[in-house]
Amino acid sequence: MTTIVETVSPEVAPVTTTERNTQPGHTRPALLMLAPFLILYVLFIIGPTLYMVLMSFFDGSLTESGLGKFGGFGNYAEAFGSADFWSSMWHTLWFTILTTPPLVVLALFFALLANRVARGRAFFRLAFFLPYVLPSAVVALVWIWLYTPEIGLLSKIVTTFGFAEPNWLGSPSLAMWSLAITTVWWTLGFNFVLFLAGLQDIPRDLYEASSIDGATPWQQIWRITIPLLNRTTALVIVLQVIASLKVFDQMYIMTSGGPNYSTRSMLQYVYDLGFTDLRTGYAAAASTVFFVLVLAISTVWVVLTRRQEQRF
Amino acid sequence: MERRTLLKGTLAGLGTAALAACSSPVGAGLAGTPLDPGTVDYWNLFGGGDGVRMTQMEDGYRQANPDSKLQAVTLAWGNPYYTKLTLATVGNKPPNVAVSHLTRMKTLQSAGLLAELHPEDLGRHGMSAEMFNQRAWQAGLVDNRIYAIPIDTHPFVLFYNTDICGKAGLLDEAGQLKPIAGPDALVDALTKVKQVTGQYGATHGINGDSATPWRLFQTLYAQLGGEVLADNGTRVVFDDAKAGQVLDLLHEITVEKALMPGSIDYQGAIALFASGAAGFHLNGEWEITTFQTAKMPFSMTLVPNVFGAGGQYAVQADSHTLVIPRGGTRDKAQLDRALGFIKSMLDQSMTWAEGGHVPAWLPTVQSDAYKKLTPQSNYAAAADAAVYDPPGWYSGSGSDFEILMSSAVAGVEAGQLSPAAAISQVRTKLSDLASAPSPV
Repeated sequence: MTTIVETVSPEVAPVTTTERNTQPGHTRPALLMLAPFLILYVLFIIGPTLYMVLMSFFDGSLTESGLGKFGGFGNYAEAFGSADFWSSMWHTLWFTILTTPPLVVLALFFALLANRVARGRAFFRLAFFLPYVLPSAVVALVWIWLYTPEIGLLSKIVTTFGFAEPNWLGSPSLAMWSLAITTVWWTLGFNFVLFLAGLQDIPRDLYEASSIDGATPWQQIWRITIPLLNRTTALVIVLQVIASLKVFDQMYIMTSGGPNYSTRSMLQYVYDLGFTDLRTGYAAAASTVFFVLVLAISTVWVVLTRRQEQRF
Repeated sequence: MERRTLLKGTLAGLGTAALAACSSPVGAGLAGTPLDPGTVDYWNLFGGGDGVRMTQMEDGYRQANPDSKLQAVTLAWGNPYYTKLTLATVGNKPPNVAVSHLTRMKTLQSAGLLAELHPEDLGRHGMSAEMFNQRAWQAGLVDNRIYAIPIDTHPFVLFYNTDICGKAGLLDEAGQLKPIAGPDALVDALTKVKQVTGQYGATHGINGDSATPWRLFQTLYAQLGGEVLADNGTRVVFDDAKAGQVLDLLHEITVEKALMPGSIDYQGAIALFASGAAGFHLNGEWEITTFQTAKMPFSMTLVPNVFGAGGQYAVQADSHTLVIPRGGTRDKAQLDRALGFIKSMLDQSMTWAEGGHVPAWLPTVQSDAYKKLTPQSNYAAAADAAVYDPPGWYSGSGSDFEILMSSAVAGVEAGQLSPAAAISQVRTKLSDLASAPSPV
């Protein structure tokens, strides 16, 4: 097993040296090259974010220009005291809990299979990635038809086998699961591709050496593939958690947050309050709270994975 | 040629192209210049069959006014439309004429986004109060001032399959649906139809449908004389007893007797009716085009008077109106062009009526041609019994209020909420909205 450690270290080594890879006198041209990006970034990301925080302290309205009347922390107090705010927050978290584990585990599983398949490799890669290319509206429409009660495909299949028909999108307890299934099918391809790329980076000689040492395929997966995929896995999980927390499209199109608000996500709550109820100040306060939450989750995760990397 | 000169040349070229594009709508939008003088810029939210008919009417205007240009923009229905209309008006780039639901126009008005229309200007174009359906006209007034011209009333109606209802013995000699009066008669009619179809008596959109459950509830609740909000939405006057009566009936026909599917979405409800799995369908009259295209035997009539014993009839409805946003007309010539366009739309009310809407323009409603137009004229009386969503900044078509009410009603129909739980949920959520600071 010592051979493995020796072969791994040169892989990791270049990463640590990149930090010193800056050459004197290159900063200004580099900044100049980055300027188009930086200007747009400040204009369309940083600027609006700061404006959102500012707006959250005012009773702004969509029907008036300007910030409106100063309200201090009133919007925040209202948000923290609102049952709808907290239930939307929970729906977003619940959706993240339901989708993240399958999207990471299944993507890894299928990537391992697709990497091992000898013939038709391109077909399998494309097959798993293809749903991800579809726009959310198309995915939502397809799945609405599948889930339609009485006449939908899934209902027909379930009732043919003699089971009672589940009310996929109409039952408050089941609707979130149905949305999660749709999302897993739709976005699995992205994580799948990341894992495949990670698998390509593992040197083949490790497998050859280990099989000479008598390792079984299972041992190779557990002791070579998964440990060496650590960085990819960490990246996939962070990206997935953030993507799941940002959920909006599927719910907005498939259930409009229903039945009886049981799938209204945080972003839809912000949308409802800001655009339907025209209360942009309050919506900005709710967004700010959510922004801080996502930032906190991401930071905790990055810190955790950094610590993990240092163990190498 | 040096690279730098080439670059300068290209930039200059782009500049001229941009200037030349100023007369186009995109160029005008980017440069902030007005459209060609003489253009009517018109925004609407009509898709489907309504969209096709509106395009016909726009073409009608273009033919009648060859020297006046019309720039028509169709945006996505509901909140996306009102958001854009609001922001364009706040940003001083409003269209000259825009469509607004009557129930949403009140919010736009109280935000100061609409121009007042003066009787003398309207008179110049042959429009005056008594030429409109009075229910729609009065509902659109704010402090006796005119801000909107109603073009129609679109009530909630009852579609029925004439074959199935005939077999169920519900039609008279003329092939029309016999009146259904009272809750027992309704349950009885649905039961008879269910025996014929073997599946359901009636359908309406429930799952993910943020409007239809409210429309049905409001129809029955208003027949009992119930009201939901008062004082422009700042006070909740929800009547638990009356609401309970309505929800009990809905619970009975869905959960207890399965006369209506309790969990079906909007499209599914249409499909079940179109395929003959149900004999009745409750929806807005605009779906007439769908069933005509399906070439099925159907007719339409008023939603039964279930609770309005003693002759008081009520039905949920809204109206499409044409408004002039604040700053939409800067001079008299522009105002006259905008009003001329509005009048042209009213003159073509017959085209609009074919899509199911009851015209607000009385010269059309009283014409023989309209009276002969069936099944559209069967429910024309709904315009005079129309009950609009209660005024309030969070109310109106596609509003948070409709979503809130629909969620609770749908919960009862799907068997997820008891009527009592639904009522208390409505109360809690409504009082949150009623006490929230108004954004307008």
